[in-house]
Amino acid sequence: MIELENVGYNYGGGELLSDVSVKLAPGSFHFLTGPSGAGKTTLLKLCYGALTPTSGRVRAMNMDVRGLDRDQMAHLRRRVGVVHQDCRFLDHLSVIENIALPLTVAGKDLSQEDANLRELLTWVGLSQRADALPPELSGGERQRAALARSVILSPDVIIADEPTGNVDWDMSQRLLQLLVELNRMGKTILVATHDMSLIRAAKKQVQARVLRISAKQLHQAGADL
Amino acid sequence: MSEGRLRKLIMGDAQADRVVPPSGFTAQLTLFVAGAMAFLAVFALALSLASGRLATRWADELARAATLRINAPAEQRLAQTEAALTILQQTPGVASARALSDAEQAALLAPWFGSSLVLDGLPVPQLIEVIEDDPGYDGTGLRLRLQAEVPGAVLDDHTRWRAPLVDAARALRRLGTVAILLIAGATAAMITLAANAALAANAQVIEVLRLVGALDSYIAHAFIRRFTLRALGGAAAGMALGMIGVWLMPAASNEGGFLTGLGFQGWTWGLPLLIPPLGALVAFVATSRAAKKRLGDLA
Repeated sequence: MIELENVGYNYGGGELLSDVSVKLAPGSFHFLTGPSGAGKTTLLKLCYGALTPTSGRVRAMNMDVRGLDRDQMAHLRRRVGVVHQDCRFLDHLSVIENIALPLTVAGKDLSQEDANLRELLTWVGLSQRADALPPELSGGERQRAALARSVILSPDVIIADEPTGNVDWDMSQRLLQLLVELNRMGKTILVATHDMSLIRAAKKQVQARVLRISAKQLHQAGADL
Repeated sequence: MSEGRLRKLIMGDAQADRVVPPSGFTAQLTLFVAGAMAFLAVFALALSLASGRLATRWADELARAATLRINAPAEQRLAQTEAALTILQQTPGVASARALSDAEQAALLAPWFGSSLVLDGLPVPQLIEVIEDDPGYDGTGLRLRLQAEVPGAVLDDHTRWRAPLVDAARALRRLGTVAILLIAGATAAMITLAANAALAANAQVIEVLRLVGALDSYIAHAFIRRFTLRALGGAAAGMALGMIGVWLMPAASNEGGFLTGLGFQGWTWGLPLLIPPLGALVAFVATSRAAKKRLGDLA
């Protein structure tokens, strides 16, 4: 699905990542961990094309990310669902409109997708909050809405950046449950987190691999978690 | 642009319209600018058309007629008049030449001397009205020949005082045209500024739209449509007000001369109707360029 080959990234003030190689196989579940500022978000951005590597090569859906023009990049974004750390909603639109935004911008007819939308809202437990505005939501509700938006176009890959960063334990379990269900449907999942107990909880349910960033390098973490 | 995309741009997409948050103040400014500019354009157009009409009329009417004046002692006047008429009839480009009768000459002088004047006792020159053909006669050639054969004849083709008037009217028309172009340019500049401000104010929205897979063209259209429709609406209102203003001007009259002729006549009343579509076109091009540049600058 997504393949990084000897990727390096440089913000201009020294190297953040160097010689990173990883392959996300279809249907796999990966956790990305490491200390704050180690480059977790940067690595995720490289995966969905928000950043281009300063060295090495990123392939997504068998396309070299570097060679994509802006329109091709937009089409790639529709095939990779992303849950951002800060959710990124349009605050003047209701929750349901925000969740449907990828459909709207792809020019899909929303009236035909209404049943799917309602089902998705129920699945993430937000059917009561459909008409609320994003600023009115709690942290957990925002994360679940962001997750719903990331899967609305039924992407093959879902990338989540600290989805449980601002929520309590129960809510993080619920979010994890949703991600596990998506993985069981065959989606490739990549979750950045520094929450070890979340990773332990996940390992009981799915075969999750853990990638750790340290000293600019990516390491496969052992079973010692 | 394909027909489908054009239709979508005009008909709009209710969902797409909601994506960019409404911006009340910029919207009102754009409406106001488009309205004010359309209002001014109506007057510039009226000025341009009126002075154009004036220039044509003066050039046409006066160019067609010339006067031959024969200053000769009373006993030679008749002979010289006959000789001049013969020359004029032989000159190519002269449609007709006719000596004014005593009664007509007296009528011309009446404003100065009163109607009771008897011309017989005065050395009044004989006037010959010359109507030019199309193409006209060769003025210099005619003058030379008259000089040789009819020494008392003076040809006056009105050029001397006609030319500056026609020049002035043409200059006015040019000014009107320049004003219309400046109005179009200023509208484009102001809408570009407004569109840039709107694009900058909505940078976050644009970023989110890109993140969820929106094409640049989708984002650009949301802005272009909005500004084009605002310009169209504002210009339509400004044009309507401008036309009412022109319509309320006093009708053309001889007493008022040039000033009262400032307005539209006949089919030219239809010309201001072009202002709103042209304003919308200006807004469309200005916003397209601004959006293209802005979106291209984004990483």
